[in-house]
Amino acid sequence: MSHISPVLWEFLVHWLEHFAIFPPEASTIAPYADALYFALVGMTITGLVLVMSMVLFFSLRYRKERHPEAVQIEGSTLLEATWTLIPLGIFLVFFVWGALLYFRVYNPPPNSMNVYVVGKQWMWKVEHPGGQHEIDALHIPEGVPIQLTLISQDVFHSFSIPAFRVKREAIPGRYTSVYFEATKPGKYHLFCTQYCGTDHSAMIGWVYVMTPADYSKWKAGNTSGASLAQNGERLFAVMGCNACHTGTSQARGPNLYGLYNTRIRMNDGSTMIANDAYLREKILNPSLHVPAGYVPIMPTFQGQISEDALIDLVEYIKSLSSNYRLQQMMNKSDLDSAQPAPIGPANQGAGAAPLQIVPTPGVSKP
Amino acid sequence: MSTIVSLPDQSTAKLPSKSYLNQEYGLKSWLLTGDHKRIAMLYLFSITFFFIIGGVLAGLIRLELLTPPADLMATDTYNKVFSMHGIIMVFLFLVPSVPATIGNFLIPLMVGARDLAFPKINLLSWYLYWIGGIFILSAMVLGGVDTGWTFTTPLSTHYVNTHVVTAAMGIFMAGFSSIFTGLNFIVTIHRMRCPGMTWFRLPLFVWGHYATSIIMILGTPVLAITLVLVALERIFNIGVFDPTKGGDPLLFQHLFWFYSHPAVYIMILPGMAVISEVISTFSRKRVFGYTAVAFSSVAIAVFGFLVWEHHMFIMGVSQYSALVFSLMTMLVAVPSAIKIFNWSMTLYKGSITFETPMLYAFGFIGLFTIGGLTGIFLATLGMDIHLTETYFVVAHFHFVMVGGMLMAYMAGIHFWWPKMTGRMYPEAMSKTAAVITFIGFIVTFFPQFILGYLGMPRRYAAYPADFQVLNVFSTAGASILGIGYLLPLLYLPWSLIYGQIAGNNPWQATGLEWQIQSPPLTENFTEIPIMDHEAYDYEWLANKTHHEVQTVG
Repeated sequence: MSHISPVLWEFLVHWLEHFAIFPPEASTIAPYADALYFALVGMTITGLVLVMSMVLFFSLRYRKERHPEAVQIEGSTLLEATWTLIPLGIFLVFFVWGALLYFRVYNPPPNSMNVYVVGKQWMWKVEHPGGQHEIDALHIPEGVPIQLTLISQDVFHSFSIPAFRVKREAIPGRYTSVYFEATKPGKYHLFCTQYCGTDHSAMIGWVYVMTPADYSKWKAGNTSGASLAQNGERLFAVMGCNACHTGTSQARGPNLYGLYNTRIRMNDGSTMIANDAYLREKILNPSLHVPAGYVPIMPTFQGQISEDALIDLVEYIKSLSSNYRLQQMMNKSDLDSAQPAPIGPANQGAGAAPLQIVPTPGVSKP
Repeated sequence: MSTIVSLPDQSTAKLPSKSYLNQEYGLKSWLLTGDHKRIAMLYLFSITFFFIIGGVLAGLIRLELLTPPADLMATDTYNKVFSMHGIIMVFLFLVPSVPATIGNFLIPLMVGARDLAFPKINLLSWYLYWIGGIFILSAMVLGGVDTGWTFTTPLSTHYVNTHVVTAAMGIFMAGFSSIFTGLNFIVTIHRMRCPGMTWFRLPLFVWGHYATSIIMILGTPVLAITLVLVALERIFNIGVFDPTKGGDPLLFQHLFWFYSHPAVYIMILPGMAVISEVISTFSRKRVFGYTAVAFSSVAIAVFGFLVWEHHMFIMGVSQYSALVFSLMTMLVAVPSAIKIFNWSMTLYKGSITFETPMLYAFGFIGLFTIGGLTGIFLATLGMDIHLTETYFVVAHFHFVMVGGMLMAYMAGIHFWWPKMTGRMYPEAMSKTAAVITFIGFIVTFFPQFILGYLGMPRRYAAYPADFQVLNVFSTAGASILGIGYLLPLLYLPWSLIYGQIAGNNPWQATGLEWQIQSPPLTENFTEIPIMDHEAYDYEWLANKTHHEVQTVG
């Protein structure tokens, strides 16, 4: 409807918002969701009026006083086919319409800005790539596509922003993502909608949509001094990861440089893509899938590392794809390693084979 | 073809000297009975008891939500109250409501049998129901459960410190009681139909219960397994659902909803079965398109097993599997639409009267149409993202479960009350109750659709003040609804003593159950009937009545 008459649309939405029976429309997705909603409401009213008028009309016309003799009718294949096929057709239209919207919300465009969200009983921890941390609040600029990467530290939670018409579960043990682009600066409700225990109803907060200028100011004023990748780098050293993942040819662990989003061959001949979920899983459960040429000697970090720390580490490994400085840091104990780490099946020393990276046409490298 | 049916004169009706109610006396004769009618009565008392508890809990929920902060009770208490409301209403009221009471009473009568196939298993199912009920009640009395009726893992296995295992064992037991009921119905319908009672002469009530029984038998074991796995993970720390132990929390969702979505059809199909009988009787007309209505029940039972993932669209499932399940959900909506249109069309050229069961049936059609069509909102993938886990879902399933099933249950109880007890309920009073229930229901649950689109989440003890006005409406409606349910609890027992004597067939209905005395003999039929006509054959009934009058005269 918004593409038929923007004026009419604005009028309708404002009128509904005025009576507090409609949430504000503050994302690019909201008008699409609302158009679908109005169509569904229209279908419901039509169906209800149709059924109710049949029932009412027949009740009046064929009540016993007016129609003492019932006429026995067996049925009518034609009529029954009609009211089978027409609802089916209508439902299928909504199936396609809804599917298109679903794929739009859950497949973020590649250029979107990534923000991490960790749910835990009973708060939302938001981590911006620049190192800004927030609890129960999310500051975002308007007009920028945002991807949220969600995970839960404990039980199921669900991240809901009604004004954007988006929602996604934060699940323990796996990353999920959702995408939106805010259109109106303002302050909007943020809810946890999946029941998560005692203070479920207190797991709420606000989403602040800001103009790009305000957002830059906010970003500068709230930085913790270190980006997620820098935090990860520190953790990488503290947890002793760099003892094995030295990036040299003698290393016991694979070289992590340039690893992110590549396809890796495993011991059993299968291949996996080194995405966020893969990196997280490898830290927590290293012996589950072992890359080709390596033995499963890495200890598990299950239970020793929080989801926020995992995010830091993943961000750090991601940053290794585009940043030589970190590569040099990793190699600084090794005197003769001026060259970048080899990519592809090159010098395969015993126990120190580089990861076998398979060309991945489908995966875009950042 | 036309038929005039006139209601019999009730002033001359007399209670039969011998019936299943006065065959034997004493508590023991009830607790050890194998008679399906007595077991139905035991079930009727039991589910009414649990309905009252569940209803009081619902009242507490609405009272708490009258104001935005959690001020009437602590959040933990609120969480326990809504969990218990869900567990009791789903497993101890809705699932057994129509099948175990009205179905238990009527299926042998309708197919022309003296009892169900396995009378002792039938009694055992009632005892299992009570063992389950006692487990659940003790979980409540000992301190409650706060997982919601969905027992979501890993919350239920590791993060709450309440009586999860006790409640789960209660549901496990109640589950077996419903498996036994389903088993009994299937065998009875297959093996014990009287001579001449072919499949397509069965009343639609029996078809609906046949479809229900299939789901009970195939679905409930999965719930039992799932609850056992929850208990194992909780007690012995076996990693099934907890990702930190190598489990998968989505596995629980798949297993749980594999039962619990079909369970929705366990709850609604028997209600639809009641509506078919009521609509036909009070419009004195055979049900329009008998075959379509019969097969639509079976279609719902079959397709109902293939839609469970629509509870998980936002849980990170594969987007392509979400497509498949959205499509299947659209398909399962079609048989319900067929039923609604066929019932409406049954009224066409009928001879309609508006007794209480018919009022409830009209309420059912209206509210179930809204409940069903709002289900399409939630099946539509992109819309589900915004609406799921909000009050929209709460409103949707209460329209189906309370607006649909409870209306149908009330229609059925009033419709067969004369057959069960031999006496009529007070008509004016019960019509008032039906209207009050309808109005109360709309005022309670309609505002929740709007709250849902505004984004108010489910299971919140406290909520932002923006949502208060609609919540006040909802709570006000709940108090009206409460009166609507209180009235039958008063006038139905009253009618046991003071109600008018009903006679064999007060509604002039065609089913076999109406051709015998009310209340029936323990053995139902003095001799096994022979079915020589279609279901809903009002001409046969008119000829029979005419013949009887001539013979007596």
